[in-house]
Amino acid sequence: MNSRYEVVIGLEVHVQLTTKTKIFCGCSTEFGQSPNSQTCPVCLGLPGALPVLNRQVVEDGIKAGLATNCQIAPRSIFARKNYFYPDLPKGYQISQFELPICEHGWMDIETEELGQKRVGITRIHMEEDAGKLLHNEDNSSSVDLNRACTPLLEVVSEPDMRSSEEAIAYLKQLHQIVVYLGICDGNLEEGSFRCDANVSIRPWGQKELGTRSELKNLNSFRFIKQAIEYEVERQIDVIDEGGKVVQETRLFDPDAGVSRSMRSKEEAHDYRYFPDPDLLPLQISEDWIEQVRRQLPELPEAKIVRFQDEMGLPAYDAGVLAAERRLAEYFEVLVQLYNKPKICSNWVMGEVLGALKEKNLEIVDCPVSPELLAGILLRIDDNTISGKIAKIVFEEIWQSGKTADQVIEEKGMKQVSDTGAIEVIVDEVLAANPGQVAEYRAGKEKMMGFFVGQVMKASKGKVNPGMANQLLKKKLSE
Amino acid sequence: MKISQKDVENVARLARLTLESENLQVMTSQMDAILGYVDKLNELDTDGIEPMAHAVPMSNAFRQDEIQPAIGIERALQNAPAFGDNCFKVPKVIE
Repeated sequence: MNSRYEVVIGLEVHVQLTTKTKIFCGCSTEFGQSPNSQTCPVCLGLPGALPVLNRQVVEDGIKAGLATNCQIAPRSIFARKNYFYPDLPKGYQISQFELPICEHGWMDIETEELGQKRVGITRIHMEEDAGKLLHNEDNSSSVDLNRACTPLLEVVSEPDMRSSEEAIAYLKQLHQIVVYLGICDGNLEEGSFRCDANVSIRPWGQKELGTRSELKNLNSFRFIKQAIEYEVERQIDVIDEGGKVVQETRLFDPDAGVSRSMRSKEEAHDYRYFPDPDLLPLQISEDWIEQVRRQLPELPEAKIVRFQDEMGLPAYDAGVLAAERRLAEYFEVLVQLYNKPKICSNWVMGEVLGALKEKNLEIVDCPVSPELLAGILLRIDDNTISGKIAKIVFEEIWQSGKTADQVIEEKGMKQVSDTGAIEVIVDEVLAANPGQVAEYRAGKEKMMGFFVGQVMKASKGKVNPGMANQLLKKKLSE
Repeated sequence: MKISQKDVENVARLARLTLESENLQVMTSQMDAILGYVDKLNELDTDGIEPMAHAVPMSNAFRQDEIQPAIGIERALQNAPAFGDNCFKVPKVIE
């Protein structure tokens, strides 16, 4: 935190929706297809073509609004935002200006520094994306309009954030929510979740906001943090040198770690918005809102509370497990099959997440299903295998897809709980290590760990460690 | 005057229109007349009347989220002055 200046950050996030078709025409929104293969007269901006609104986009907008405590506007309209750029075939972008679909929302974010804090959401509006430009060597640019007319929600925050940490906390939470809602795939690199940051500074105690600059091209959480921190330093330097911050758009260059002014676009900022006569007003009834509300999934915040209150999980576990919707679903299915939440949590956070991370897989690709994992846990419970062997069984299942019972049977991993058999091994271990036995009997009780280890090793981990411990104690005190 | 020649120049520039100086004068006086007419309309008391967003008294024209066939790359590009590699070609745009 700077001692002289307060940092003020507002964020604009473009959330690309996962609808099958574009916002105003029936062309597919699939990523990565041949250029211009997903176009029609509407998204090409051909004369006479008329846009028709995709109902799913409105529903997704309502979902986003409800999940961020917004008021859903009973009446909302579309506007034309006029500017010329080759990626925008009509010469205007259909967006919302007056009367956006959602307004006056908020989210509670949490940072280590300050704890919980409420960030206002000014508005959420629906709009179409522009096409994609590729710059060629021969002094030309190529235009691909597959992305043109793809549905976006723009989520605009109040300038309520005071540090890059808070900005990142807000963005991560918003990202989590839209992915949970299933309205966005959340892929930052492919541009499904794009952030612009408005950054300004002001002397502590000053009420008026300082002049802001708008940072663009921020496609990872790390870059966003870097870009904001760089911008704050830059503005402090400008002011300290007696200069004035000018309002401008700056493009962040992650390779160089600096931002550059994009003055070329400055004068075009007069967009001359007006209501789009091609689109009818939108009326959203209370019934429709309630219908969407009933379809909302449980959001991470509520899940975290429930995991703690109903399942007795520590806050840390609840946070990790609820972070991703699919992971939370995996965990909840597991708990239904094996009703010891903390043990389930340990396995999911330990073995499952560990193995996924190592193999760079997502939870949906996990070869050990909750059913298969529950099969392992049940065999630990009935003493068929030890916890240590269970981890080997887990790996075997990961490779083969077989059930725990099959693996235990085939590999002969069944735990030895027969006292006679364990006694033989214990006797062998004690006979082979007379020095350590003497030490133990002389009062060095830490040696017990060594003996248990030897017994486990001699039995290839198949002895019930509790029983081994008991027997060792008994023999050593004889 | 409701509008200055400078305003008209600015609007023309934003719309990528080149107006010669006589044209500019004609446009300025015509636009001034239009704005004068709007001023006349503004004399009406419209308090309590909801602004009209559309000339047609309808709302909620939707499509379902169902894929319709695209028109094909060839047809998409057929009117383009220049194209290549399945893309429209334009003079280089510098960011």
